[in-house]
Amino acid sequence: MYVAVKGGEKAIDNAHALMRTQRRGDTAIAELSVDQIRQQLPLAVDRIMNEGSVYDPELAALALKQASGDAVEAIFLLRAYRTTLPRFGYSEPLDTEQMQIERRISGTFKDLPGGQILGSTYDYTHRLLDFSLLASGEAEVAPAEANALSEALAAGNSCPRVLELLNKEGLIEQSRETGDGDQIPRDLTREPVNYPAERAVRLQNLMRGDEGFLLSLSYASMRGYGDSHPFSGEMRTGRVSVELVPEELGFPIEIGEVLLTESEMVNQFHGSKDLPPQFTRGYGIAFGRAERKAMSVALVERALRAEELGEEVLYPTQDQEFVLSHTDCVSANGFVSHLKLPHYVDFQSELEMIRRLRKEQGQATQSKTTNEEANA
Amino acid sequence: MSAATAIGYNFAYLDEQSKRMIRRAILKGVAIPGYQVPFGGREMPLPHGWGTGGMQVTASVIGEADKLKVIDQGADDTTNAVSIRRFFAHTAGVETTELTAEATLIQTRHRIPERPLQADQILIYQVPIPEPLRFIEPRESETRKMHALSEYGAMQVKLYEDVARFGHIATSYDYPVMVNNRYMMDPSPIPKFDNPKMSMMPALQLFGAGFEKRIYAVPPFTQVESLDFDDHPFEVQSWEDACSICGSDHSFLDEVIIDDNGSKMFVCSDTDYCRERVTEGFVGEAPAQLETEQ
Repeated sequence: MYVAVKGGEKAIDNAHALMRTQRRGDTAIAELSVDQIRQQLPLAVDRIMNEGSVYDPELAALALKQASGDAVEAIFLLRAYRTTLPRFGYSEPLDTEQMQIERRISGTFKDLPGGQILGSTYDYTHRLLDFSLLASGEAEVAPAEANALSEALAAGNSCPRVLELLNKEGLIEQSRETGDGDQIPRDLTREPVNYPAERAVRLQNLMRGDEGFLLSLSYASMRGYGDSHPFSGEMRTGRVSVELVPEELGFPIEIGEVLLTESEMVNQFHGSKDLPPQFTRGYGIAFGRAERKAMSVALVERALRAEELGEEVLYPTQDQEFVLSHTDCVSANGFVSHLKLPHYVDFQSELEMIRRLRKEQGQATQSKTTNEEANA
Repeated sequence: MSAATAIGYNFAYLDEQSKRMIRRAILKGVAIPGYQVPFGGREMPLPHGWGTGGMQVTASVIGEADKLKVIDQGADDTTNAVSIRRFFAHTAGVETTELTAEATLIQTRHRIPERPLQADQILIYQVPIPEPLRFIEPRESETRKMHALSEYGAMQVKLYEDVARFGHIATSYDYPVMVNNRYMMDPSPIPKFDNPKMSMMPALQLFGAGFEKRIYAVPPFTQVESLDFDDHPFEVQSWEDACSICGSDHSFLDEVIIDDNGSKMFVCSDTDYCRERVTEGFVGEAPAQLETEQ
């Protein structure tokens, strides 16, 4: 006699125990510490912080360890923790002009006030596997004086953003919008998004968005599916202080600093009947060293402004509802993976339906043949 | 609060502010039957599509005195149902049950229990996609207008196209309904077999779509009609077989493949209903192959 599959609870416990064993791997190999992840896999940690929407390298590293290195799972862990955190208040707007710059690249001007600073980068490496890292020796690092120089440079190195230089000449649009939505951004983890969404909401959504998805959308739009092939006006990375005005004090105090990467793209705009031809901006910002993310956000952000700038919306990247509804890797992963959940009942309904349709069709064909035979 | 609840978390996981916000959305939903109320859906520790909407609704209405039942595909023992039931046992310390009759809250995915629900019960549906018009019009800004204007012709056309192609309406689950003659509603992907149970149900029906951030409701004793045509009336699925365990020929049956040749048997999808019938002395006929093997 058939016995309904019981024991779901035990199966779940066992599955989780097995997962923990797999995560640990060979116990003859030393266990990875959260500090090691934080120090030695910082770019992975930065991605977890960005899409997890929490600036906390330690928790992000912990999530990465707990998730066996699966970025999407780690982001999910961090999000599920973040959602329970109380809100103490909102910081003052960050002033990225005051950033202590460790890297700054402009694709539009060869030299500019503050200079180009190459900083640390994978660009121009020859992507040759470095087998010396495989041998368990210490990797070669920069000499101490180079580090000191770079730090000294960063400390005194705040400079105006490139796009502000264009702004002075009136060649580029003003970036601020007017109205409440611009001054007091909504929190999209607390309120549902209404379409059309204002720019601040769109930017929030993109910052939390899946890096790969945004990268591909940017790529598509640069290749012609979106009419956005901009210049990288500036990309800068460095520390910015975060200020908060406690109610009982009434003036801003510094509560810490965050490492940020900011990207500003410059796009052509041919003008409309109200506006003269001018450059427009695409803006992106991300926690940590996350150039790919910041640039992708800036590209997609600009593409999404098609409607407000009176451009024709022809491609998915320009379509708010298409882009903003599908950026979130936690949601996307959840919904795709929910197909692993049982769908017995719906499938049973479809089975019944398709059997009936086939039967009816079979009967119809049969009676047709019988009629034809009779007529012959 | 019982000592067994999760340390460092509020009763039933969500903070009281969030719960109050969700209860406001629920009240609005009850006041406008079938209308999708946007709410500040919170991120939950379960993924999108795994019941986060239902969980937020459950977390907002559950109290210490409640008895919670969670089903998935009608069954209490499917892994996701187990997982959600444990979540509330852990975070709220409430009593859980598998008995439809004694549950005060029932969170469900894809089914309505066979046993008729009572006025003191609440049925909470997990909803993946709350918008019945979504696959006709993907844009939220458009579908909201269509609802505002009761402009539902596009759905009738879709159903008519089924009739033209197949001779009858070929939607077997997620079958659209009209609530209180005003709003078109997605009943969540329950089989259309369950649609008639929604109408005039004494229990309150709440629907939560977490990622989509929508809540809607069908208050007790509200008319819910499945869409159809005068000459093609709505009808539910029926089976030629009966449940192999309890012999029921009127409940929703799951098909189970029992050998490599694809032989099959049918069992009730509602495990509690089946169990209850067996206690009452009903017996099903085991399928032919199994009997010969014995």
